[in-house]
Amino acid sequence: MSQHQINLTINGRPHCSTVEGRLTLSDFLRGDAGYTGVHVGCEHGVCGACTVIVDGNAVRSCLMLAVQADGSKITTVEGLAADDGTLHPVQQAMKDECALQCGFCTPGIVMTLTALTNCANKPSGDTLVQAMSGHICRCTGYQGIKRAAMKLGGDAA
Amino acid sequence: MKPAPFDYLAPSSIAEACQLLSEAGGGATILAGGQTLMPLLALRMSQPFILIDITRIAALKGVTRNAGITRIGPILRQNEAIADPTLAQAQPLIVTATRHVGHHQTRNRGTIGGSIALGEPAAELPATSVALGASLELTSTRGTRRIAAEEFYFGPYATALEPDELLTGIHVPEWQSGTVWMFREISQRPGDFGLVGLTGALTVKDGRIERAGIAWFGMGPTPIKARQVEAALLGQSINTLDPRALAELAIADTAPFDDHHASAEYRRTVGKRVFASALSETLNLRAAA
Repeated sequence: MSQHQINLTINGRPHCSTVEGRLTLSDFLRGDAGYTGVHVGCEHGVCGACTVIVDGNAVRSCLMLAVQADGSKITTVEGLAADDGTLHPVQQAMKDECALQCGFCTPGIVMTLTALTNCANKPSGDTLVQAMSGHICRCTGYQGIKRAAMKLGGDAA
Repeated sequence: MKPAPFDYLAPSSIAEACQLLSEAGGGATILAGGQTLMPLLALRMSQPFILIDITRIAALKGVTRNAGITRIGPILRQNEAIADPTLAQAQPLIVTATRHVGHHQTRNRGTIGGSIALGEPAAELPATSVALGASLELTSTRGTRRIAAEEFYFGPYATALEPDELLTGIHVPEWQSGTVWMFREISQRPGDFGLVGLTGALTVKDGRIERAGIAWFGMGPTPIKARQVEAALLGQSINTLDPRALAELAIADTAPFDDHHASAEYRRTVGKRVFASALSETLNLRAAA
C-alpha cells in the first residue's frame, strides 16, 4: 500500500498532502482538503454529483485517484462565487431558473456547465443540455436544469 | 475510500511499464482513463496488488500519419480525439464513434486505447476498429507484436492481451477517397451502452462498391464483423442495391443475446432496420427502411 506526496492547486490555493494510492480524488477533496461542496453520490461514476474541474475539464472526481491529480489545478463549487458572495453566472442561471430542488446533484451540474461555458468556443444550449446526460437528479427536476442550460447557451428556454 | 489497498506506480516510459507488468506476474492492472476500472475498484470487483498508471508516458500519446496508416497513441483522451484535427481528416468514423462513448465528463478522462483494450461487446470503439481493419500493437518485455483487431476479441472483456502486455499503439488504415461512413447506435439514453450498434465504411468507385468494412456492437459476445454482407456488397452497383433485401444477410454473423434491456429477437429486428436505413442514407438511395 503506497503513500504519495501530491502538490496541487484547489480553487487557486496551493495544497500539499500525503495520500494513500487508493484514495479517490472525491474523498481527498472532501475529507483532506475540506471542500464538502464535492458531493459523493454513487461512488462509481454513474450519478455525476462529484464532478469537479481538473485542468479546465469537467470530470467525475470519484473516478480519479487523488495521486493522479498531482500537479493539477482543480476547481470545486466553492471556487466559483466572488468573495463578496456574487454568484458565478452559472450559479445565477441555476437560481433564476429554479434549477435545484434538494440540491444534492447541483454542484456537479454547476461544474459541468462552468467548464463548458468557460471554453473559447461558446457551446450552444443544445450542447449544454446534451452534457447533462452525465448527471442524475433524483428529484427529477430536469426541466429547470434544462432551462438554465439553454439560457447559458444563449438560447430561449 | 472504497478500493482495496494497492501499490500505485506511474512509470514514465513504455519499457518501465512493461518491466513492472512482467515483474508483477499477473498481479498488476493497467490504469489509463480509469472510467471503467475505477468503478470496478470501488465495488472491489477488481483488487489488483499493483496499479500501473500509464497516463504519464509521453510515448503513448498523440496521433501520427504515415504511409496510409493512422497511428493513435492509446492514452489519447476521448474528448481529445473528438477535437483532434488530424483524426478528423484521416479517421472521421473513429471521431463519430467516440462521440457516442459514455458522457462528456467521462470522455474527458476515458482513453481510446482503454476502450479498445477492455473489450466491452457493446462498446463503439472495438467494433469500429474491427470495421476499419485496424491492428493493435502489443508490447511486453518479450517484444512487440501486432494483432488484427478482428482477432483480438474472444468474448466479453476477454481479449488476446496477455497479462504482461501493454497496448502501445492503434494502427488504423486510411480508407481512400470515395469512402462513405455509417454509424448508428440505438440506446435507451445518450451515454448508455448501445442495444444495437452498426459502424462501417464503404468505398465507392464509379458507382460500385469497391471495399466494405462493417461491424456490429451489442450484437454478440464480441464486436462482430459482418463478413457475409461485406462480401455481398463488393462489386455491387449502388444504383441496383436493395438495402432491405441485404438486411437479413447483414445480421447473419451476429449472435445477439437476451438481457434485461432487450431480447435477442428485438436486437435482430432492429439490426435489420438499422442496417437498411443506414445503408440507404449513406449511399443516398431511395427510402428503403
